[in-house]
Amino acid sequence: MKNLSKLFSIIIIIFASNSYSFAAEKVEYLKTDWSFKGLFGKFDRASLQRGYQVYTEVCASCHSMKYLSYRNLAEPGGPEFSEAQAKAIAASFEVTDGPNSDGDMFTRPGKLSDKFVMPYDNVKAAQAANGGAYPPDMSVLVKARGGGVDYIYSLLQGYEEAPSNVSLDDGVYYNKYMYGNKIRMAAPLSDGLVEYGDGTNATVEQMSKDVTTFLMWSAEPHLEARHQMGFKAIVYLIILTVLVYFSMKKIWSRVESEV
Amino acid sequence: MSDHDYRPKSKVGQWFNDRLPLLTLANHLTDYPTPKNLNYWWTFGGILTFCLITQIVTGLTLAMHYIAHADMAFESVEHIMRDVNYGWLIRYIHANGASMFFLAVYIHIFRSLFYGSYKSPREIIWILGIIIYLLMMAAAFMGYVLPWGQMSFWGATVITNLFSAIPLVGEGIVTWLWGGYSVDNPTLTRFFTLHYLIPFLILGLVVLHIWALHVPGNNNPVGIDIKKPSKDTVPFHPYIVIKDGFALLMFMIVFAFFVFYAPNILGHADNYIEANPMVTPAHIVPEWYLLPFYAILRSVPDKLLGVVAMLSAILILAILPWLDTSKIRSAVFRPLYRQFYWILVADVLVLGYVGAMPAEGLYLLIARVATAYYFLHFLVILPVLGFKEKTLPVPLSITEPVLGGSPNLAAARNKESKIE
Repeated sequence: MKNLSKLFSIIIIIFASNSYSFAAEKVEYLKTDWSFKGLFGKFDRASLQRGYQVYTEVCASCHSMKYLSYRNLAEPGGPEFSEAQAKAIAASFEVTDGPNSDGDMFTRPGKLSDKFVMPYDNVKAAQAANGGAYPPDMSVLVKARGGGVDYIYSLLQGYEEAPSNVSLDDGVYYNKYMYGNKIRMAAPLSDGLVEYGDGTNATVEQMSKDVTTFLMWSAEPHLEARHQMGFKAIVYLIILTVLVYFSMKKIWSRVESEV
Repeated sequence: MSDHDYRPKSKVGQWFNDRLPLLTLANHLTDYPTPKNLNYWWTFGGILTFCLITQIVTGLTLAMHYIAHADMAFESVEHIMRDVNYGWLIRYIHANGASMFFLAVYIHIFRSLFYGSYKSPREIIWILGIIIYLLMMAAAFMGYVLPWGQMSFWGATVITNLFSAIPLVGEGIVTWLWGGYSVDNPTLTRFFTLHYLIPFLILGLVVLHIWALHVPGNNNPVGIDIKKPSKDTVPFHPYIVIKDGFALLMFMIVFAFFVFYAPNILGHADNYIEANPMVTPAHIVPEWYLLPFYAILRSVPDKLLGVVAMLSAILILAILPWLDTSKIRSAVFRPLYRQFYWILVADVLVLGYVGAMPAEGLYLLIARVATAYYFLHFLVILPVLGFKEKTLPVPLSITEPVLGGSPNLAAARNKESKIE
């Protein structure tokens, strides 16, 4: 039994270190306490709501979030806006619908069932408006980057004056956490850029944390359900394992006494 | 598979069993005499059956929601993750289930290597196992392509391109595999079809694997032939069923940890970026369970020879029963082989590690040495060892070392089944 667990842990360590080794080539990321980490990790509701505000007021002008619907904003485990609030949010966007009975497309206020409205019609339009760089869709962004939330959180605060030996083209910025240090996105956040409804001081650090939390939720909308179910499942399995262990001892005692 | 003089008690049972002897089969499976000294390394057969069934059940469910189209595959996976009831659970079980499957199969294979389970009269079981393993790799590779992320797309491109190394017809074969001039929608749909098919082929082969096992019966840690049934055996049910069940539950705890708390740790972040033929990822790496072979592939400077080396590394296992010339099965009684065995384990782990690293500098050198050693082990060390090695005396029965009187009492007792 000891051997078995030893082997398991060796294998896990080897492959865990493998998957981190690419990140290790880069600088240390900034750290903060994420409420959603750990066995019972849950999202900070207020932070999610503030994060949504940052997303919609800042990021959404360039970054789409095409896999999310407005109804998600009111669902359990998310920002949990009230249904009325989510409806109001949806209605504040113009959605293209149609064709109607005349064969024409028309616009109408958004509904809960609509997907998040995209800032550009297509990738080409997005590139054209951003100097050739496509602002990536943010739905699963934190899962699509090696460092995950820590990377995004650091990147948002990683803008610096370029060192003298680095020359930057027009429309390219220096970011110490970006792969290759060159990024097409200008520093998106500055102190007081948004005005939080709950009176929280909108520092760059605070906004980075809030919007990253929001992005974690958008990438893993069922994270809370997963953690809750995982705990129950593992406790159940451990209890069952113990019971089966004693049954096994009992059954095998018949042979061992014979030997 | 001795004579079955089993007769069902009920009239209906007898009537049915005379026409289709399923009850005889069930009786054979429950009574099947199993060596009583099997240790926990022997529980992975049952665990692997569980893995296969889990993959099939979750896979069928996913297939009901998945759309095999280059423009919609990525989105349909996100649809499963977000909108399908417990879709996230089913997908994470399926994705991590593949890793768990390979973890279990590697333990199963290395158990066989340690205790010489591939030797006469079990060569067919072993070869069937190697075919199953090959099919598993094919299924896993194609399954990884289905979410149509960046790693899916570029992994598929790299692996299918290997066929272009074949002289003369290589390029034609690659075009034929792709169904076009690059990895695209036709590639995705055929991979989906094959990914759906292969598990059922594996299921059929597993039946043959178990059938072939039930002819000579299980090998055991002492590695000797035993009389069946005898004092050395226990009936499969309940003894092995409960023990396999216990081990399976331990395995499921590890499995659950990955599914619920680290569902993406074994995957690559790039696969959450939708496939883009215009952007090549910085590092293209396969899933962890294919890394040792990827390292062998890259350690050879010539493309064709690299492919040959990689395939040989797997196929060499099929002739292992004839490469290993030792008559003694269990490494417990082979002091030298035991050391070479652990060196091989380390060698394969090193190959896996360098497989994940860029193929340059020191990593490349290590990969080359490890590749050379891998082949040295099977082609030179094993054949020679059978003649040179001075093996320890082997007990005559499983009960003998327990009762005492064997010169290698301590060694045998160590390997005896201990349920504590």
